[in-house]
Amino acid sequence: MADLVLRGVTKAFGAATVLDGVDLAVADGELVVLVGPSGCGKSTLLRLVAGLDELTRGEILIGGRRVEALPPQERGVAMMFQSYALYPHMSVRDSMAFGLSVARYDRAAIRARVEQAARLLQIAPLLGRKPGELSGGQRQRVALGRAIVRDPAVFLLDEPLSNLDAALRARTRLELARLHRTLNATTLYVTHDQLEAMTLAERLVVLREGRIEQVGAPLEVYRRPRNAFVAGFLGSPTMNFIGARVAVAGPCEVACLLPDGVRLRAGANGAALRAGDPVTLGIRPEHLRLADDADARIRGPVAVVERSGDACYAYLEVAGARDGLLVARLDPDSRIRPGDRLSLAAPLGAVHVFDADGVACPPAEAA
Amino acid sequence: MKVSGRLRRAARGALFGALLAAILAFALFPLYYALVTSVTPSGELFRAALVPPGWTLEHYRGVLAGPFLRAILNSALVAAAVAALSVALALGAGYALARIPFRGRHGVLLAILSVSMFPQIAVLAGMFELVRGLGLFDSLGALVLSYLILALPFAAWVLTTFARGVPRELEEAAALDGAGPLRTIARVFVPLLRPGLVAIGLLVFVTAWNEFLFALTFTLSDAQRTVPVAIALLSGASAYELPWGAIMAAAVVVTLPIVALALAFQRHIVSGLLAGATKG
Repeated sequence: MADLVLRGVTKAFGAATVLDGVDLAVADGELVVLVGPSGCGKSTLLRLVAGLDELTRGEILIGGRRVEALPPQERGVAMMFQSYALYPHMSVRDSMAFGLSVARYDRAAIRARVEQAARLLQIAPLLGRKPGELSGGQRQRVALGRAIVRDPAVFLLDEPLSNLDAALRARTRLELARLHRTLNATTLYVTHDQLEAMTLAERLVVLREGRIEQVGAPLEVYRRPRNAFVAGFLGSPTMNFIGARVAVAGPCEVACLLPDGVRLRAGANGAALRAGDPVTLGIRPEHLRLADDADARIRGPVAVVERSGDACYAYLEVAGARDGLLVARLDPDSRIRPGDRLSLAAPLGAVHVFDADGVACPPAEAA
Repeated sequence: MKVSGRLRRAARGALFGALLAAILAFALFPLYYALVTSVTPSGELFRAALVPPGWTLEHYRGVLAGPFLRAILNSALVAAAVAALSVALALGAGYALARIPFRGRHGVLLAILSVSMFPQIAVLAGMFELVRGLGLFDSLGALVLSYLILALPFAAWVLTTFARGVPRELEEAAALDGAGPLRTIARVFVPLLRPGLVAIGLLVFVTAWNEFLFALTFTLSDAQRTVPVAIALLSGASAYELPWGAIMAAAVVVTLPIVALALAFQRHIVSGLLAGATKG
C-alpha cells in the first residue's frame, strides 16, 4: 500500500493537450473517483499512472518514489480495463496467475494467491473456464480478480461497471464498495457516471478538458459546486439554470431579477457583484417546492410531467431557463397535469449564483 | 401450396447439388486423370480412357527406384525450413509493423506489399548473382534463401493485418502483468494468431513445394534437385519418348503429402479464437 501523488501532470498528443497540469494527491488506502464527460482526459490520466502512455511533463509518485520513467510492472500498479482485456486463450486460473508467474513467484504461492482472490470474489468455481464461457458479470469479476491477485500498491479501475446492465451494475457497485473496505487499497477509479462517482468516492475529482474543476468529498462538491460546469455535471435531473440580472448584491444575500421581472433572492456572498451584472442562477430540482402565491417566485405552465414512481418531475416553461424548461422534483402523488400553472419557491440557501464566467459566488456570510 | 413449396425446395436442393458436382468434377478431374494414367500399363497409354484399361504399378516402381526419392526429401527439407523461418520472421515483423510506432512504418508496409508483387522472372538474374556471391549455387541453401525472399513479404503483410486484429488492451494487460515484447508475442499473440500462422505456414510450404523457376536455375545436380524440376527432367528410353506414366506417377506421389498436410492442419485453422477477450 502506498499513496499516489501527481504533480503538474501534462499530456499532449501532437498539438492537442489532453491533460494540462493536473495536481492530485491520493492518500494511502483512499478511493478517489475521477469523473467527467467523455474526452475530459480521465482515462488518459489513468493510463499515465499505469505506464501505458508516457507523460509530456510532470511527476508521478507512488509511495514517495518517482515512477514516470519505470515500466508498468515496476510501478506496483494493477489496472482493470473497461473492456476487461481477458486473455481469451487462457483459463481464469491462468489469466490470474500470468502476472505472478512473470514475476517468478513459486507455484505454491501463485496457487494460494489465486485461490484467495477467487474466494474473495466468489469466482472459485470458474477457475477452470475460459473467458468465452463466462457471462458479462463473471468476466468483470475475473478482470477484477486479475488486478487484486497481484496485491498492488495502487489500483486503477477504468469504467469497471460500464459494460454491465443496470441491475447488475447497482449490485456490483455495492460489492466494490465492500471490497474496498476489505482491501483498503489506494484506488483511482474512472467513470463518466455521476451516480457511481457520488456513491463510491471518498473523494471526487471533476475533470473537464484536461483540467481539474473541483476536488472534494462527494456531498461537498454536490452542495457547493465551484462553478456552473460542476453544478450541472452532478445530479440527475441536472440543476436548473436561469439567466438573470443582479438587483442588489451584498455579502449575505444577492437579489436578482428574472427575465419576467420576478425578484429572486439567493443566499450567497455577492460582494464581488454589482447591480446590473448578468448572472446565472442554479437551483436543483429537489429544492423546488410548490408555494402559495404569496411567496412564490417562479411561475410557469407545466409542459411535461414525468412520473418515476418515487417522484414526479414537472417541467415548467420559464423565461430565461436553459432550454426554456425548468424541472422540479415533486411529491409522487401530486396531481399536476400538463397545462397547469405552477408557482414554485426554493429556500434561500439552495439558490446558487454563478457570475458571467460561470464561477460560483462563495457562500453567504452569516448575518 | 404446401406441396409446391416442398417441390420447390427439393428442386433448389437438386440444382445446388448439381452445381457442386460440376465444380468438384472440374477441380478433381485432372488429378483423377493423372491417377488413371499412372496405373495404366505403358502399352495402353495412348488409348484415352476414363477407366484404366489395365492395371500396373510399374510406373511407381520406376519412379521410386530412381533419384526421385532424393528429390522428395530435398523438397520436404526446403519447404519445411522456408515455412518455419518465414512464419517466425513474419510474426516478428507483423507484430512490429502492427504495434510498434516508428518512423516510416507506412513506407515499409508499402515497400513490402510492392515487393511481394514482383514477378519471379524479374528478380531471377539478380537473385542468381546473389546466390553465386554467397557461394550457395547448387545447394539447398540457395533455394531456402530465394524462397524466403519470395514468401516473406506476403507472409509479413498478412500477419500484420492479423496482428492488428488483436485488441490493444490485451497487449496492455500483458504489459501490466510484466511481460516484455517477446513474452507478449509468445504467450498472447501466438495463441491468438494460431489460425493465421498455420494458414500462412501451409501456404508458404505449398509455394516452396511447387516452385520451379528458381529450383531449375539455382540447382544443377540430382543430389540438390527438388520435386518439380525432377519431374520435368524425367526422361524416357529415348529423346523422342515422354514417359507419361512415370510423370503421372511422380505427380500423384508428390500431391499426396500436401493433401495429408492440409488435412492434418485443417482443425487448427478455426476462427473465433478471440471470443470473450473484451466486453461483456
